[in-house]
Amino acid sequence: MSAVTMETPAPLAIESPARRAWRRLKQRKSALFALFVIIALILIAIFAPLIAPYDPTKQSWSAVRKAPSLAHWFGTDEVGRDILSRIIYGTRASLSAGVISVGIAISIGVPLGLLAGYLGGKVDAILGRITDAMLAVPFLILAIALAAFLGPSLGNAMIAIGVTATPLFIRLTRGQTLSVVKEDYIEAARAVGNPGWRIALRHILPNVMPALLVQATLTIATAIIAEASLSFLGLGQQPPAPSWGSMLNAAQRFLTNAPWMAVWPGLAIFVTVLSFNLFGDGLRDALDPRTK
Amino acid sequence: MSGTLLDLKQIGKSFVVKRSLFGAPLQTLRALDGIDLTLKRGETLAIVGESGCGKSTLARVVLRLIDPSEGEIRFDGDNITALSPSALRSFRRKAQLIFQDPFASLNPRMTVGDILNEPLMLHDVVPASEQDGRVSALLVQVGLKPQDAKRFPHEFSGGQRQRIAIARALAVEPDLIICDEPVSALDVSIRAQILNLLADLKAKLGLSLLFISHDLSVVRSVADRVAVMYLGRVVEEGRAEDIFANPRHPYTRALVNAVPLPVPKRESRPLLQGDVPSPISPPPGCHFQTRCPFVIDACRTGRPPLEPCGGHDHRSACIRHAALPDYDSPMRDHATAPVLKRLMAAFVRPSKSETTN
Repeated sequence: MSAVTMETPAPLAIESPARRAWRRLKQRKSALFALFVIIALILIAIFAPLIAPYDPTKQSWSAVRKAPSLAHWFGTDEVGRDILSRIIYGTRASLSAGVISVGIAISIGVPLGLLAGYLGGKVDAILGRITDAMLAVPFLILAIALAAFLGPSLGNAMIAIGVTATPLFIRLTRGQTLSVVKEDYIEAARAVGNPGWRIALRHILPNVMPALLVQATLTIATAIIAEASLSFLGLGQQPPAPSWGSMLNAAQRFLTNAPWMAVWPGLAIFVTVLSFNLFGDGLRDALDPRTK
Repeated sequence: MSGTLLDLKQIGKSFVVKRSLFGAPLQTLRALDGIDLTLKRGETLAIVGESGCGKSTLARVVLRLIDPSEGEIRFDGDNITALSPSALRSFRRKAQLIFQDPFASLNPRMTVGDILNEPLMLHDVVPASEQDGRVSALLVQVGLKPQDAKRFPHEFSGGQRQRIAIARALAVEPDLIICDEPVSALDVSIRAQILNLLADLKAKLGLSLLFISHDLSVVRSVADRVAVMYLGRVVEEGRAEDIFANPRHPYTRALVNAVPLPVPKRESRPLLQGDVPSPISPPPGCHFQTRCPFVIDACRTGRPPLEPCGGHDHRSACIRHAALPDYDSPMRDHATAPVLKRLMAAFVRPSKSETTN
């Protein structure tokens, strides 16, 4: 016990970065509410057959374009299908389109962004020009062109949206990588003898993750709108399978005498997109060390 | 204890500052210019100089984190200037680096255990089954607790983080550790602890240290030999006691003059005026001529060679080193009050007790 330790003890409150982000997210009521809505939407999509009161594709000529009633809460469409059931099943198309297309964008964009940021030089220059060229074309126009080229189906729409969203992730990952690579701990990792791929995956990627998480959440919202737009144009979900976008398309011919056909799918898109945006914003604030 | 571990011959490093449209270099910055240095096994060589003089570049060139533009690096007799990637990786087992800022040098998303385990795993230092035990031993060796392995870097104070960085450097059992200003980011009260720890480990493990610092009072307490750098060149080199008691280069004298000493009635000494010239266009001849009080015309042409100037391997790159007036160094001996000496002794207590605590 002769030691004279002058060192100050570590702060008592031990909090991992993830725990801290969750604590701060909880303080943001709008983000928390949005998360609640997103979880509800996911549950609705999974348990659609149990929740939906009718078969979403079953036509009924005795109940064509009926206004909302106790039998059909959201009304019926031009061939007598229950709109509530179609909205519930449409959740599946929208959410999976959002998640899968963003998954495609991440799985292509993040490795390329890491390469561009870490290697620099010619790789960076070439990827940078391709990214710039793709970002110069408006998002939806490019998605429509790709979807039209691939042929109309929900799967192809997801691929088209995913590829269109890829440059966003290339650029974000590249930028974040450039700032992380300058850190001393990356040089330390090299000095210890890490091969390049291990530095990229083990040292850079985890430090880029928070920004990617935020971007992914916000891009899901964009992708859901893109899927609805493609379906509206007939390039996404094919009839008779329900999709909010194609429901809107069908509704436009009856806007004056059956407005409920347009209101419910529009509202569904609005609530879903708003939830992902609010959650993404909250996540960004919670993960940003500079905000309180 | 004998034999040369590190031998630098005419090391130069230029960075391209500006390129033409087609990538041809237009402007270069000469960060290192003909560096000749040797480091003996078991020795501590300190590199001192102002910010921007090339100290940290030298550290990174020696470790082959950046490639030298010219010259030859020999480590333990082997030329390491051009190594294949796999040979470079095995060289990483022999030389390690401790960074200045312990808040930036540890990956915030890895636990201390993962940080220490990584070098063990990469170099197969110990079998996988013994890695956990080895991590604990490393933590104890630097004065931390084995259970600290589960914690993240942000849970530690600056001094503790620097201990973790030291443990990481020790993990591969290196011969050489380069310390790039290891204590200048730390609180004064912690510095002595970290310096003691380094001195202890050096003695126990037979390490050689390349100690980079701008703080002469720190250097005096750790270094066997000192090399003074100015604008990419070594201007004076010799045993620490010779450099501090009898500096033979005007720049070294100015550095020594600038050291704050705990002597109340010390007369003020002339300090340097002006700034370091830009390394993009250094003055011709002696780089120090623009600020030197002893400058003559001959200083403005030709690079002054690093020549012996008496004493034990004492070398100076001043063509007037013999003509310099006598110098009464404020760092010749501890001109310190007895009370201060006792206080300093308390800080320099052998830190063995620290680790067993």
